[in-house]
Amino acid sequence: MIPAQFDYERPSSLAEACEALAADDEAKVLAGGQSLLPLLRLRLAYPTTLVDVGRLEELQGVHDRGDHVFIGAMATHDEVMRSPAVTSGCPLVAMATSQVADPAIRHRGTFGGSLAHADPAGDLPAVVLALDGVLVARSAEGEREIPAAEFFVDYLESSLAQGEILAGVKIPKLGEGWGFHYEKFHRTAQSWATVGVAAAVHRSNGTITEARIGLTNMGPTPVRARATEESLRDVELGEQVRRACEQAADGTSPPSDLHAQPDYRRHLARVLTHRAVRTASGSP
Amino acid sequence: MTTQEVGRPRRRKEDARLLTGRTQWTDNLTRPGVLHVMFLRSPMAHARIERVDVSAARGLPGVVAAFSGRDFAGEQGSLPCAWPVSEDIVIPDHPPMAVDEVRYVGEAVACVIATDRYRAADALDAIEVDYEPLPAVVDMNEALSPGSPKVHEAGNKAFSATITSGDLDAAFRDAPVVIDRTYVQQRLIPTAMEPRAVMADTDGESFTVWSSTQIPHVLRVMLAVVTGIPEHRIRVIAPDVGGGFGSKLQVTAEEVLCLLLARRLGRPVKWTESRSEGNLTVHHGRDQIQHIRLAADADGRIRGLQVSLLADMGAYLMLVTPGIPMLGASLFNSIYKMDAYEFNCTGVFTTKMPTDAYRGAGRPEATFGIERTMDELAAELDLDPIEVRRRNWIRHEEFPYTTIAGLTYDSGNYEAATDKALSLFGYDKLRAEQADRRDRRDPVQLGIGVSTYTEMCGLAPSRMLGEANYGAGGWEHASVRMLPTGKVEVITGTSPHGQGHVTSWSQIAADALGVPFEDITVLHGDTAVAHKGMDTYGSRSLVIGGVAVVKACDKVREKARKLAAHVLECSPDDLDFEAGAFKVRGTDQSRTIQELAYAAFTAHDLPDGVEARLDSDATFDPDNYSFPHGTHLCAVEVDTETGMVKIRSYVAVDDVGTVINPLIVEGQVHGGIAQGIAQALFEEAVYDADGNLLTTTMADYLLPSAADLPSFTLDRTETPATSNPLGAKGVGEAGTIASTPAVVNAIVDALRPHGIDDVRMPCTPERVWRALEGVRR
Repeated sequence: MIPAQFDYERPSSLAEACEALAADDEAKVLAGGQSLLPLLRLRLAYPTTLVDVGRLEELQGVHDRGDHVFIGAMATHDEVMRSPAVTSGCPLVAMATSQVADPAIRHRGTFGGSLAHADPAGDLPAVVLALDGVLVARSAEGEREIPAAEFFVDYLESSLAQGEILAGVKIPKLGEGWGFHYEKFHRTAQSWATVGVAAAVHRSNGTITEARIGLTNMGPTPVRARATEESLRDVELGEQVRRACEQAADGTSPPSDLHAQPDYRRHLARVLTHRAVRTASGSP
Repeated sequence: MTTQEVGRPRRRKEDARLLTGRTQWTDNLTRPGVLHVMFLRSPMAHARIERVDVSAARGLPGVVAAFSGRDFAGEQGSLPCAWPVSEDIVIPDHPPMAVDEVRYVGEAVACVIATDRYRAADALDAIEVDYEPLPAVVDMNEALSPGSPKVHEAGNKAFSATITSGDLDAAFRDAPVVIDRTYVQQRLIPTAMEPRAVMADTDGESFTVWSSTQIPHVLRVMLAVVTGIPEHRIRVIAPDVGGGFGSKLQVTAEEVLCLLLARRLGRPVKWTESRSEGNLTVHHGRDQIQHIRLAADADGRIRGLQVSLLADMGAYLMLVTPGIPMLGASLFNSIYKMDAYEFNCTGVFTTKMPTDAYRGAGRPEATFGIERTMDELAAELDLDPIEVRRRNWIRHEEFPYTTIAGLTYDSGNYEAATDKALSLFGYDKLRAEQADRRDRRDPVQLGIGVSTYTEMCGLAPSRMLGEANYGAGGWEHASVRMLPTGKVEVITGTSPHGQGHVTSWSQIAADALGVPFEDITVLHGDTAVAHKGMDTYGSRSLVIGGVAVVKACDKVREKARKLAAHVLECSPDDLDFEAGAFKVRGTDQSRTIQELAYAAFTAHDLPDGVEARLDSDATFDPDNYSFPHGTHLCAVEVDTETGMVKIRSYVAVDDVGTVINPLIVEGQVHGGIAQGIAQALFEEAVYDADGNLLTTTMADYLLPSAADLPSFTLDRTETPATSNPLGAKGVGEAGTIASTPAVVNAIVDALRPHGIDDVRMPCTPERVWRALEGVRR
């Protein structure tokens, strides 16, 4: 459990970091290290340079910016889940973040790191996808905004280019009438979600007018339950909702691992989506 | 004045140091100029080694040496198996580092010795090995089929053993009820919190080996036998050891090789495993297929029991590998009376990591088999599972009772423990809730599981071990030294690795000598300090080692009495010993034992024939095992939509005999129950068809944390053992043994109305869901 040799850079500005990253094709960004270090120690990754962005002021903090909340890439999970900007402006993010791993990891692991890692089993990608978050990337060429729907490309692969660093994420605030829930199904408190469902539901007079649903660990990337979202336009709470949630796994290609086979994950996605939507919509 | 220490919930003397990091784990230790060892391990389950080339590794910076198995072929010997359980047993050669053939993924094929671990790890990548693949043998039934590839030249059967008692044919003939079930005891990875570590050093003549081991004494003997280094030139030290659960009851390849490397290089060497390395190469536990047939009368009385086991040995027989299933041989009948019993077991070689002792070792497997079957019998007869047990168990007035399997249970009271458990659990109320949920077709169903277990502890009477063809005795040794200032050193041959012996032994000695708890220290785990011992496993430490402490204290007291009589100028018979002082009856003349220690030290005025020391040695060898028992009750909620199982309440009433320290006993029961629940719900070592271990990290091999477990409700009954003067029965394994079937019985109980009568362990949400899907179709 010892990593192969690598160089270590700790730049003092984002511009320097981009430079260091661009200088080595095999360089990797080190944020909280909660995903990268295990990969190094298991020798599943052999980066030649680690660019530690831990001290970059530009990546810190959580900021309320009126119509959206900007979460700096280096904000730790613990910081995010306790931030008033998050708990009031995008409570779904707080709910999901508070369920990431355990307190020790939440104090080290970062919001940006877990998104840039692009692990579909992570809790936050599906949440950011469901909320139509916008990821802000920086490079020597400048700043680029990437909608979440275009950010997650494949298993552990994001659309960040070599030389680009994730600076933070804009989470649009949803207005009145929205309810939220993150339903995480996992075998032990510290294990990844077998399946997770992030739901934002808009209600009006006993009906659901709109729902946005992101699924964790239901494919090589986080995915939206589009068929269910379509079916949940202007429906009354009750049987119609249940039927809509039956479509939650449509179009997904969930993985097979020791914790679940694909058919079981599809089943879970349906059951958990119903539970998440009911809770988010305030149904008993 | 001292108050009685035995029975007090003393906080552990060990803990302040352990909790503040002032520990001496083997990995924390170092020696000047220490070198670091890393092993290259086979990625193949089964292959012929065509070529190992370590030359490139030898040339890398920081690398001091690199060796293949062939480089040590002449001196590394064969790792020992001390328990040839049958006449027909096959014990294959087991080189610490593979020479010609590898038989499991993780088997060491080469090693690098470097100035630091980082360089050693890099150098492993430079070793070239050519393997000629051979077929993996993963499944026990397939391994025994005629066309199966062979793990060893002699075939895949390691041994077979049979025990019969009574007329089984008669018991099954015309039996109104026959329960016939097959259960799978999945393979487990012990996962002690402290990974293994070994350091070895030499001064050119003698050798010291530090190892995270449960068995420094046994290890010393075995290292001498395996390597040929004379026993008196080997010292073994088990420093602080962070858990074992049987996994450190072993003589490992790494221990032998570190010793040989220190000899070869003339320098200290050290090796510490990674967690993934440990998952691959710490011996595994369990792994049995149990075929159980039980014949009963229409009223539920058991007529006969037939048990056929396949036990997966893995690739080699390690220290007590074949003995593990045999430890369960006399326990499938458990607390129940019956007319006939048959046990047979076949040990099977596969291309997997060898199995060996894991908390409970053979007894959890047996308890699971019978307790699951008792619930099936109850269901078959539409009886309450408690009632069917009542109709069969040994009643308290029938002790001592010789069972159908030939063991004599000295004491017990199953009625009392069960009644207490039922009342704490609120059994009737939960049954009513269960009926209600069933009526309402609640998607969350309630299940109640029962486990009324017994087990045998205090391994073991040497005579019985001899009859079982075990390679050693089961006695234990203690020494007591009264120091000049009246303080006391207790030296024990047991080797604690989390059990709190320092505290419990202090309590025992405090009462026996009448000295304050604080004035006693307990030394252990170093063959140069504790010169005799049989170490710690099988819940033996208190029941045998603790009794040895009592006996050693008794001897010191009798020596002190002679000295006191001399000092006080009276006859020894005129002295009363009370609260640590000898008092001349009818006078106010007295001397404390601590004062007498000083008199012995100065030796200015000793009576004839009394030596200048208040020291003693004692060895205790019991006549019989001890038999803890108890009743565990578990309520689970099963979400029939997802298959998720949640433990709602758990009650354990254990009878472990006399309790020395209730806090320690509670801790043992807590941890034990957690570990048993982990088998029921979470843990499984999974090999694929090619013999690759898939559960090499904790992301794949799931262990529960406190967040995944309920609060346990614990209580005790106290029926003292009659086989030792303390009356203690042992508590190290009880929780693990009892809890696994309680949980699975509860799950099956919840699902039985759906037509489900078994769920394979671990009962994962997916397995529960698939069981439900199977009957929905």
